[in-house]
Amino acid sequence: MTLYLPIAELSVNWLVIVGLGALVGFLSGMFGVGGGFLTTPLLIFYGIPPAVAVASSATQITGASVSGALAYWRRGGVDLKMGGVLVAGGISGAGIGSIVFRWLQELGQIDVTINLVYVLLLGTVGGLMARESFRTLRRTAAGARPRRLHAHNPFIAALPWKTRFYKSGLYISPLAPLMLGAAVGMLTVIMGVGGGFILVPAMIYLLGMSANSVVGTSLFQIVFVTAATTLLHSVESQTVDIVLAGLLLVGGVLGAQFGVRAAQKLAPAKLRLGLAIIVLAVAIRLAIGLTLRPTELFSIFGAA
Amino acid sequence: MKPIALMLVWLFAVGAAPVRLITDISQRRIDIVYTFKGTELLVFGAIQYPRGSVPDERPGLAIVVRGPADPITLRKKARVAGIWINTASVRFETAPGFYAVATSAPIKTLVDERNAAIWELGVDYLQLSPSTGGGRAVEEFTRGLVDLRRRSGLWSEQEGRIGITQNILYQARITIPAAVPVGAYSAEIYLIRDGKVIARSATPITIDKSGFERWVYVAAQTHGLAYGLAAVALALLAGWSAGLIVRRP
Repeated sequence: MTLYLPIAELSVNWLVIVGLGALVGFLSGMFGVGGGFLTTPLLIFYGIPPAVAVASSATQITGASVSGALAYWRRGGVDLKMGGVLVAGGISGAGIGSIVFRWLQELGQIDVTINLVYVLLLGTVGGLMARESFRTLRRTAAGARPRRLHAHNPFIAALPWKTRFYKSGLYISPLAPLMLGAAVGMLTVIMGVGGGFILVPAMIYLLGMSANSVVGTSLFQIVFVTAATTLLHSVESQTVDIVLAGLLLVGGVLGAQFGVRAAQKLAPAKLRLGLAIIVLAVAIRLAIGLTLRPTELFSIFGAA
Repeated sequence: MKPIALMLVWLFAVGAAPVRLITDISQRRIDIVYTFKGTELLVFGAIQYPRGSVPDERPGLAIVVRGPADPITLRKKARVAGIWINTASVRFETAPGFYAVATSAPIKTLVDERNAAIWELGVDYLQLSPSTGGGRAVEEFTRGLVDLRRRSGLWSEQEGRIGITQNILYQARITIPAAVPVGAYSAEIYLIRDGKVIARSATPITIDKSGFERWVYVAAQTHGLAYGLAAVALALLAGWSAGLIVRRP
């Protein structure tokens, strides 16, 4: 059952890795997220070096998102113009992120930064999602129609060079999605996440995109930006473990199918609440890890 | 001049090194393949006494297997504003990635301090060359490093674990853990009398990745871009084919 990972340079139980991929795949099929925010911390808990976990998780997300992106593409659920702007932002963000990543690595603060950013982001996003889905559930229970969320952010409205994004039903400056894409691209490189859990809410609540093209466009951006991230890590730090990514993918594609089926039986607001609970649980687990006295005070950093 | 010098060396060798160590190892090369779970090295050999006069007392022996020494940075966490982050650090220039010593008796009684320090017999005598000078902090970090490496099985001492037969043949088993670093290793055998090393021999060992693992590793190191493209292609193919299978009713 053990398998030696050539880049991570350690032996793992391959069933555990495939199982982990399946679990994350199930959740991603169920909630429509890439699941990188779960894969990376779980791999690190298992003992994979954080740099390898982050890079290989990005590779796995490419594979996990492509079939979804294609499915949405066929249904016309991808706003190509919006997607293009997001990808352009994402790839430049990934470039900046890899510089930050290397700098933090030299300082020896990469692990704590990864954990802190995870706690902040997951805590915020999870909290917001939980609040929103609670309200929706209460309203639907009371018999009211779910209110359409319409964003009007004065900062975004003030940006210049407005243009039309027909599929998204928007007339806004491309700078807004460009900056959003860049922020998510940085997170992809540093944390090994696709960023869907930020991208989707931001597209709905900040940009005010129409719901039918949000998920497809988000997946479109994730496929390209995670692929660029894999290339960046391969060239810069040689931390992509192809065997690890392959094992995660095998589990992921299997798990996703069950997840999709499970999702069809549940109400969207309930799904969002479920995802919010998982996101918050991971955030709390990481926050506890940051504040408790670590079992190992010392850590070894290789030849740098 | 040369023949005379050579003759002197020969005379010196015959006269001053009365005992020779003959050694072999179960594996000169350890290949790390996909099923690698660690392994065990058998280091064995014989002591060749001059004119075959085997002494009555049990010989003192130390067998060291050591791996490549690389510079490492050891960082220590401290609590800052409620969270634990890396604060202080010490760099060690020559910390071996692997070090195991097996001895025929407890190290303290086997060898004196000076010889232990010269030949690095025992984890406490490793010359780690901390680059930040001495002091209490370095001592604390050294203890931390030794503790980490001991618990990961990368540094070990097996005192009194050399089997000796008829005061001539010796053998020891050295455990190589799965997380062993690759590189050039050596197996060193020391014959010790009255706390001093009187004979030694060294045999090189290579630990390297092999087969598919090596191929992947080398590809990642030397052709980063092509490796990355292959990884992306693999991921896309896996995801796309999974999508096809699902769409089929």
